[in-house]
Amino acid sequence: MGSRVEVLNDGGFRSDGRRQYELRDMTVDLSQQGVADGSAVVTHGLTQVLVSVFGPREAKMRSQTMHDRANINVEVSVAAFSTGERRKRSRGDKRILEMAATIKSTFEPVVQTTLYPRSQIDIFVQVLQQDGGVLQACINATTLALVNAGIPLLDFVCAVTGGVLSTSPMLDLTLLEENDIPHLTVAVMPKTGKVTLVTMETRLHVDRFEEIFRLAGEAGKVIHAEMKAAVRERTGRLVGAMGSGPRPTGGDFEDDAMDGV
Amino acid sequence: MRPPSPSIPEKEFVFTALKQSLRLDGRLPLESRSPTLTFGPELGWVECAFGKTRVIAHVEAKMVKPPPERPFEGQMSIHSEISPMASSEYEIGRPSEEEVTMTRMLDKVLRRSDAVDKESLCILAGQRVWHLRLTLHCLADAGNMLDCACLAGIVALKHFRRPDIEVTGDEVTIHPPSERAPIPLSMHHTPFCFTFAYFPDPDTSPILDPSQLEQRLSSGLMSVALNAQRELCVVQKLGGVPLDADETLRIINVAVLKAKELDELVESRLKEDWLERKVELI
Repeated sequence: MGSRVEVLNDGGFRSDGRRQYELRDMTVDLSQQGVADGSAVVTHGLTQVLVSVFGPREAKMRSQTMHDRANINVEVSVAAFSTGERRKRSRGDKRILEMAATIKSTFEPVVQTTLYPRSQIDIFVQVLQQDGGVLQACINATTLALVNAGIPLLDFVCAVTGGVLSTSPMLDLTLLEENDIPHLTVAVMPKTGKVTLVTMETRLHVDRFEEIFRLAGEAGKVIHAEMKAAVRERTGRLVGAMGSGPRPTGGDFEDDAMDGV
Repeated sequence: MRPPSPSIPEKEFVFTALKQSLRLDGRLPLESRSPTLTFGPELGWVECAFGKTRVIAHVEAKMVKPPPERPFEGQMSIHSEISPMASSEYEIGRPSEEEVTMTRMLDKVLRRSDAVDKESLCILAGQRVWHLRLTLHCLADAGNMLDCACLAGIVALKHFRRPDIEVTGDEVTIHPPSERAPIPLSMHHTPFCFTFAYFPDPDTSPILDPSQLEQRLSSGLMSVALNAQRELCVVQKLGGVPLDADETLRIINVAVLKAKELDELVESRLKEDWLERKVELI
């Protein structure tokens, strides 16, 4: 069996040195990737996900267009090198298909698809590194990529994982913790605080569930603040690169394709 | 081939009725159809019907060599391809999104939740274990096939009896049912699945066990799988209309009550059927 690392020791520290309710370091990179209309690379601790968004554009699959709204197409791909041991996942892997379906149904009511009838919005998710909280990272990265692409949304969607070790709730779990304790992923829309996604696959008592569920909802708002700050910073740099507005200090603009207007 | 979407009058009628807490088939919003369980001639063969939705579940067991990384556990595999017999929107070979959701959900509820004690399926460590094969056939889809399939699966597992075996040293003797009474599977708990549908109008409360029309018109489904001991096994709300935290918890509490009722129903039906069979030697 693997080494017996304590998930939460007596001093209140977890295996990676965090406290019970502490979230992992989150970095957001909104620089342009390839020819995508919008993209985002989000890392939560060691979990890294890249999402590229194309659209709204003319539908490639005519059969799936809808006359009054845009069709959202999500494809998830997990890199073979993303886990500790190299494992190639086939395209039809049910878990991956399920993740794609989850992301699609999460964003369908959030993206204002009625503004783009008969078109298609493609969301390509690439999981680069996995250390727990993959769905959480995918959803956060998708929100940011959609914002980056300029697609109108009703609100951000911020996701967080949470788990309960006997009676102690914990937030933002790593892979080690996910394998050990019952956990769930919650995605909220911060403006209203309403929950748009809940998934839990491990057994947990109802009373414990209520506690961690509420906690994760609150943590979603913290993630929202991070995401908003990242979007603002990026917009500030773009505006600076365009030549209108105050120049931000430092930073590099080689990814911006703006001429001074 | 996708069936045509509901017509506008149908849609408006259902929405207005739901706003007044009326459902087309006369049920209350949080009332589910009463499941009918029919047991087949074989042990481990169950047909579960929720109104017109019907699913057959069948459990078989065979002895296999376990993989080297798990020599002490048995195996369980679930096969549930939905054929076009259930509804014309399903095609063989190409799983639609709904089919993927259903297969994954069944996997989570029946296999990953550790309903069956896998260690009890071990016969000879490292050499022989039981491999359970649960096959689900969806006969008709009149809405909420997921709950029906989960119930059929779990009841089939409870109904199944495996042959009694004797291990002497390295030799394994299987006793046929005519010699020794077969043994039931050792189960940790009995998960039941409940699906709630909710609609775009925020004043409409969610409904339990949607019919086919309600499912098509819903803007989101939330499935909760739990056992009668108030332990949640799977909670799945994939997008759709966002709900308040309080509303979500209220739905889960409703599911907790229903789980208790369903557990009693299943136990009583299993007992009835068992008395009819007289498999035990006197």
